[in-house]
Amino acid sequence: MDYQIIRAGKSRSFADDHPLIAGGKDGGQVVVVVGADAGAAFSRLKEIGAKTAVLVELGTECLGAHTGENRGEEGSNVLGFSRFRLGDAPASDLVELVCQPRTTLAAIDAARAVFERHGLKVALCGDFAGRILDRLIRPYYNAALRRLDEGLATASDMDTTLKLGLGYPEGPIELLERTGIAHHYDVTQALYEAYGDPAYAPARRARVAKQRQKN
Amino acid sequence: MAIKTVGVAGSGTMGAGIAIVAARAGFRTIVYDTNADALARARKQTEGFFAKSVERGKLTSDQVGKILSDLSGSADIGALAACDIVIEAVFEDLKVKHAVLGELNRACPPHAIFASNTSTISITEIAAGSGRPERFVGMHFCLPAQLMRLVEMSPGLRTSEETFQAAWDFCKAMGQIPVKTRDNPGFILNYFLIPFNNDAIRMVEAGVAEPADIDRAIKTGLGYAMGPLELLDLVGLDTHLLVAEALYASTHDPRAAVPALVKRMIAAGKLGRKTGEGFYKYQGSAMFGA
Repeated sequence: MDYQIIRAGKSRSFADDHPLIAGGKDGGQVVVVVGADAGAAFSRLKEIGAKTAVLVELGTECLGAHTGENRGEEGSNVLGFSRFRLGDAPASDLVELVCQPRTTLAAIDAARAVFERHGLKVALCGDFAGRILDRLIRPYYNAALRRLDEGLATASDMDTTLKLGLGYPEGPIELLERTGIAHHYDVTQALYEAYGDPAYAPARRARVAKQRQKN
Repeated sequence: MAIKTVGVAGSGTMGAGIAIVAARAGFRTIVYDTNADALARARKQTEGFFAKSVERGKLTSDQVGKILSDLSGSADIGALAACDIVIEAVFEDLKVKHAVLGELNRACPPHAIFASNTSTISITEIAAGSGRPERFVGMHFCLPAQLMRLVEMSPGLRTSEETFQAAWDFCKAMGQIPVKTRDNPGFILNYFLIPFNNDAIRMVEAGVAEPADIDRAIKTGLGYAMGPLELLDLVGLDTHLLVAEALYASTHDPRAAVPALVKRMIAAGKLGRKTGEGFYKYQGSAMFGA
């Protein structure tokens, strides 16, 4: 199934030369709106009901912010998506595909096919702040930063333990250093505002990194 | 202090694995368990493990012969009288550990170091009932001990520096990789893992995504070898419940509290791989439906 690309600002998911961008064709049955302003571009689209699927790149916001919501019965041919990426590290092969309670199966299948055609893997999730990965890992990263402050172990012993004990490819401290502790602040602060759960409150080291980024 | 003879109290999965590690590194090793059947079972499993080591070319049959002749089991605590260090790997209950350590204290020489393989109980609290808190240290091996090289080592509040150093050197001499942690509930591994797994369960509970999507996300996005829900199925939800409840009792961290879904799944017989169904359904050892 052909798809059409609509660009709306710089995309965190896809660089301009990514094969998915290059592979778009005008008039495709799937519309992929990419970029930081994808939501605004989506709101200007007309006759989207005739398409099999319309895919809108998401930042930290929920899909419902663009589609509207209706007492738990929202959902159509419009899905959100985001390619998972930690800070400034290259984007991973994971696409989190966001659906609503009444999203059509045909739209989900078509969206999946567009991403999988380019070697990406799709994880389907509901329309929740942080989707799957940020919602799951940010409390863990905050806990690691807090425990480092509290002297549980050295940074390298904490990293070694989680790599050797659980087979993780990277420990939490080295991962945050590689991808940017200030970026972790941005993501976890947004989740803290969304959920009000102290587990998402940025750890002291994340606040410091953010402050130093501003200076 | 030179450690030559190693005692292991408890011949369950962890005790047997730790004994393999010590014996394989050339230490004379004595496993103590009051249950003779458990000792016999552990011996049989140990012989099977070393037979596979020979098959896979990791050890020669001569080496295994020497290891097995240096590795013995006894239901008599007096057999530990020659030990320089004793690692306890008995049931995770403070009273049980204190009872065993009290007996060990009477049977073992004064210079012997006692170590605990506890994963969740405070080293300082266990040491308080050992009769030798200065010569007591935490040595938490990972499951399966005979394959995993990581050991979390924790001093209790009264552990002497000399004791910790001697145990640390011994750990390295066994070919293990020690990391030092404070005497905190769950040390490093379980402190991070249990709440993380609970968070993944809560996401299933909240309908954020299906287990297979959560596991796929973490494997693809972060390169983990196994997703949290696959891991929970492997560990067993009953085991997860025990460890999480112990951690929660110590920390009162809301993320350590066991999600209600766990108890419902246990009640429904969905413990994981061992019952054929957990977050996934299993047929034999193969997974389907993911």
